Amino acid sequence: MYAQSIKSTGRAVQSLEDMSAEDREFQERIDRGEKIEPKDYMPEAYRKNLIRQIGQHAHSEIVGQLPEGNWITRAPTLERKANLLAKVQDEAGHGLYLYCAAETLGVSRDELFEMLHNGRMKYSSIFNYPTLTWADMGAVGWLVDGAAIMNQVPLQRTSYGPYARSMVRICKEESFHQRQGFHIMIAMAKKGNADQKRMAQDALNRFWYPSLMMFGPSDKDSVHSAQSMAWKIKMNSNDELRQKFVDETVPQAQYLGLSIPDENLKWNEATEHYDFTGPDWSEFDDVLAGNGPCNTDRLETRKKAWADGAWVREGMMAHAEKKAIAAKKAQHKMATG
Amino acid sequence: MTETKEWPLWEIFIRGQHGMSHRHVGSLHAPDAERAIKNARDVYTRRNEGTSIWVVEASAISASSPSDKGPLYEPSTDKVYRHPTFYKLPDEAGNM
Repeated sequence: MYAQSIKSTGRAVQSLEDMSAEDREFQERIDRGEKIEPKDYMPEAYRKNLIRQIGQHAHSEIVGQLPEGNWITRAPTLERKANLLAKVQDEAGHGLYLYCAAETLGVSRDELFEMLHNGRMKYSSIFNYPTLTWADMGAVGWLVDGAAIMNQVPLQRTSYGPYARSMVRICKEESFHQRQGFHIMIAMAKKGNADQKRMAQDALNRFWYPSLMMFGPSDKDSVHSAQSMAWKIKMNSNDELRQKFVDETVPQAQYLGLSIPDENLKWNEATEHYDFTGPDWSEFDDVLAGNGPCNTDRLETRKKAWADGAWVREGMMAHAEKKAIAAKKAQHKMATG
Repeated sequence: MTETKEWPLWEIFIRGQHGMSHRHVGSLHAPDAERAIKNARDVYTRRNEGTSIWVVEASAISASSPSDKGPLYEPSTDKVYRHPTFYKLPDEAGNM
């Protein structure tokens, strides 16, 4: 999902008998549904995995602002502009909550930024696709935020307290994101003119498979999931969530009068799910490896924003320190009369 | 990348509505308290969630340790007489 390429230890899940006493107690707490808090004991691998997962999630929120930020100044009406601005501002907040959750595991936000900027940490593949027309703002809200919500709702029950709490806040705020996207799609696909309908269909065509990729590799290729599920830092399998997404989205597309770009899409009476074509996984690997249409552009924009803001961060810190010294001096003067 | 000192971490407490106590909602980075309040307003009260904000530098908070759980909280578990339900009163006494 937003953390779709987490390589965990690669080892099989240990049985309770094989664990050290500390690890067993830890696993039993998780099995009982208890939350793990920052100062509690946790195995090193749990900590490392969570830092990678929450970090990737946070980076996705921040980089995810870029494709939509592209359209704020080009929104068709003042109302749409205000809506989009509020959504993009929310994403910044979501990144902040998640960075703070990661920080409780002993990594600093600056370290996380550095790992994003030097390529050691990833963000979701979806944000490496361009947003070419205004209809893409509809498709992104509807499909991308829709897929994200599907993943994030169960994560509210994840075992790590700070992560779970940030997910609760995020889900509460995010529900408007998908609706504002669908609202744009209704305006274009149902109420729009022929050109607008064509743009809406084109946006769906381009974002459909990248959205399916958001859930990560197929379960049979996702060898690291078992440990994450035992630790309850992953709540559902990739394929399970992908299926749920397809089942919920297809009727919405039908309502809009748009067609899903998949010839094999068909309702299966026996399974009571849609059969569908999976994404092209070689494209997914390629985008993750840095060769998507916008990888270079996104990362350069991030790095530039961070570098250009350095003087502000330094200046404000210096000013705060100067003020603190002055306040201390004044206090001292008062005390000594 | 230039080596800048990271802004300190602040813990944010918000009073949701009048009459309620402040509640911890999360944390953020800011150079000083004044800025921390401004940032908290932007991050944590965009949907009418607050009427008052407290900010505390995270490093100024002292916390109990998980390993103290036993000595700190166990002594109270066997003192049921601290709860009103421990005292059985006759119905004739009415509500008390």
